[in-house]
Amino acid sequence: MAPLAPKSGDAIFASVERVNAELFTLTYGAMVRQLITDLEEVEEVNKQLDQMGYNIGIRLVDEFLAKSNVSRCVDFKETAEVIAKVGFKMFLGVTASVTNWDVEGTTCSIILEDNPLVDFVELPDTCQGLYYCNILSGVIRGSLEMVSMKTEVTWLRDMLRGDDVFELQVKLLKQIPEEYPYKDDE
Amino acid sequence: MNKHTDRFTDKKKRLHRDSGLNSDQNPGRSRQVAIMVREVSESCLETLLTEIVSSYCNGFYANKPELAARRIEAIGFQVGHQLSERYTMDRPRFTDHLDAIKFICKDFWSELFKKQIDNLKTNHRGTFVLQDNRFRWLAHMSVDLSAEASGSIQDPSAMADNKEAQATGMHLYFPCGIIRGALSNLGIQCAVSADISNLPACSFVVRIKA
Repeated sequence: MAPLAPKSGDAIFASVERVNAELFTLTYGAMVRQLITDLEEVEEVNKQLDQMGYNIGIRLVDEFLAKSNVSRCVDFKETAEVIAKVGFKMFLGVTASVTNWDVEGTTCSIILEDNPLVDFVELPDTCQGLYYCNILSGVIRGSLEMVSMKTEVTWLRDMLRGDDVFELQVKLLKQIPEEYPYKDDE
Repeated sequence: MNKHTDRFTDKKKRLHRDSGLNSDQNPGRSRQVAIMVREVSESCLETLLTEIVSSYCNGFYANKPELAARRIEAIGFQVGHQLSERYTMDRPRFTDHLDAIKFICKDFWSELFKKQIDNLKTNHRGTFVLQDNRFRWLAHMSVDLSAEASGSIQDPSAMADNKEAQATGMHLYFPCGIIRGALSNLGIQCAVSADISNLPACSFVVRIKA
């Protein structure tokens, strides 16, 4: 059987079941609010969001691979492009861009100007230090780990803190050998 | 945290975005302002819900299913309250309980699940049963209940013995909360529970507090 051509983010998004983003945005917001009530410390909430994102990412990557028909990425540069153009689009309906590559090609920034998670959201003063969208960093980290890449994902810019875009730095730490794809740390 | 200001100018006139398809299929609408309704993939919402349930049941309140259930229901309540406020901003108040329930069954359910409630029953004494013959959020879960666990699943301690029932029941606290929150915004205090004795149908039992 001839290999299927990789699909564009737009094409996949048009073909999947979609829901009203408001429901998603408000659910996420209610969840963050409940986490703040239950965990009290903003740093704990950040950690929890990252962990939840990680758990989601390790599942979401299966759907991604199944629907996108992407072949194995040649290098990390291609991986980052695929996350930004296909991954973000097919799930969140928005495209991100990739910039700020370092010389070795192992660190880059994913820039998001349009983010459904933060529609109508304002952070109150009591939430200084909260990375509201931290679930995204976990999702990226989790999904990449499932394809044998250990990464570190950190926020450089955050629109809810006054910046003009969301900027996530993704740093490839190492490629994990394929025999042990399921690590049980973290 | 979510403000109610509307980024778009007119909520009433909306056109669902269908990316990739031609959007000028309704020439009669050409004079209305077309507002895009933003969408995300359904899997985003479903994995988020699964993770919320998992975090609260296996994480924070492992071995305390009652507390986990209340938190999940509270998250749903918040969502339902806000959605109900947004969807009724331009409407006059509902005149009676039945009208409010019908709103939940038709417009509200359609916004959330792209379909209406299939069957509404009432005893005319404050209890309403809203039946969705194919509840979307259950359809994608593998629901495999043994005979003992069938029936109303709103008793968390009874669920403890049956993990499948517990997982399903916990997920249902969220839509129960949504309905309770939505009605609360309409001035109606009630209790909402779910009944999945007749899968794939799911019935939401609303008991209005006098």
